[in-house]
Amino acid sequence: MSAIPLSHILMLASILFVIGFVGVIVRKNTLYILMSLEVMLNAVGIAFIGAGSAWQQADGQVMFILILTLAAAEVAVGLALLIQMQRRFKSLDIDLLSKLKG
Amino acid sequence: MIMLSPIQWMFYLAALLAIVASLKVITGKNSVHSLLYLVVSLLAVAVCFYLMGAPFAAGLEVIVYAGAILVLFVFAIMMFGLGQDETLHAPQVASLNIWLGPSCIAIILLAQLVFVIDSGALQEKLTSNIISAKQVGTLLYGPYLLAVEVASFLLLAGLIAGYHFAKPDGQDEHLSLHQPSNNKGEPS
Repeated sequence: MSAIPLSHILMLASILFVIGFVGVIVRKNTLYILMSLEVMLNAVGIAFIGAGSAWQQADGQVMFILILTLAAAEVAVGLALLIQMQRRFKSLDIDLLSKLKG
Repeated sequence: MIMLSPIQWMFYLAALLAIVASLKVITGKNSVHSLLYLVVSLLAVAVCFYLMGAPFAAGLEVIVYAGAILVLFVFAIMMFGLGQDETLHAPQVASLNIWLGPSCIAIILLAQLVFVIDSGALQEKLTSNIISAKQVGTLLYGPYLLAVEVASFLLLAGLIAGYHFAKPDGQDEHLSLHQPSNNKGEPS
């Protein structure tokens, strides 16, 4: 058992998750939405690592590595989409992407 | 007031810095400044990981997250002008105060690092309950082998999608030029 109680780690993780979620909801710039997604994924990683260290199991870090690969793939696809968006609309406003709306 | 041990004290300080930096990320006006705060937030989270007894994850956080993924962001912003539409309207501040916030947080994290290296008793306490990279590795290539394979498929899909979406329009023609024609190809 580490020196930090698990509840405080989970509190930190949920606070960071909420911050990232608010960023995804509030911001209109797609770049900021991607960055807020990073904050959210990172918060999930904190929760996994905290739980893993509370029970002294390495599974938490394995899950963190999988989250890391997910974040890398997500950023690659997301930034490529952003580049396309900048090329077509000359702006990153996510409201411009509402053309598929019925 | 409960007496906090040095490890707890440092953990709460790093957690506070991570929260403050994340708040600055989502409220920022300039995308490069927000990116700077995001780097600092990830470094603060790496300090938290280290204090939780996961030094391998802390290293991965610094190397992969702050070192690779955020550099990808910087490349995209700088090379493709993604930050243009807001820096046009932002005031042109050419002074040092835009660096002040991230540098302050980074300096506090550096002070924590020096403090941990300096104090031998603290290191004794931190190394007593770590989960080593060896444990993670044996687990990753034992029971989680299928998950690793799936993750590699995911990375391959991300690579292909990134290439496909980011290439300029009208670059598909060169693919058709190199289609192997049956009569000129190797005889099968």
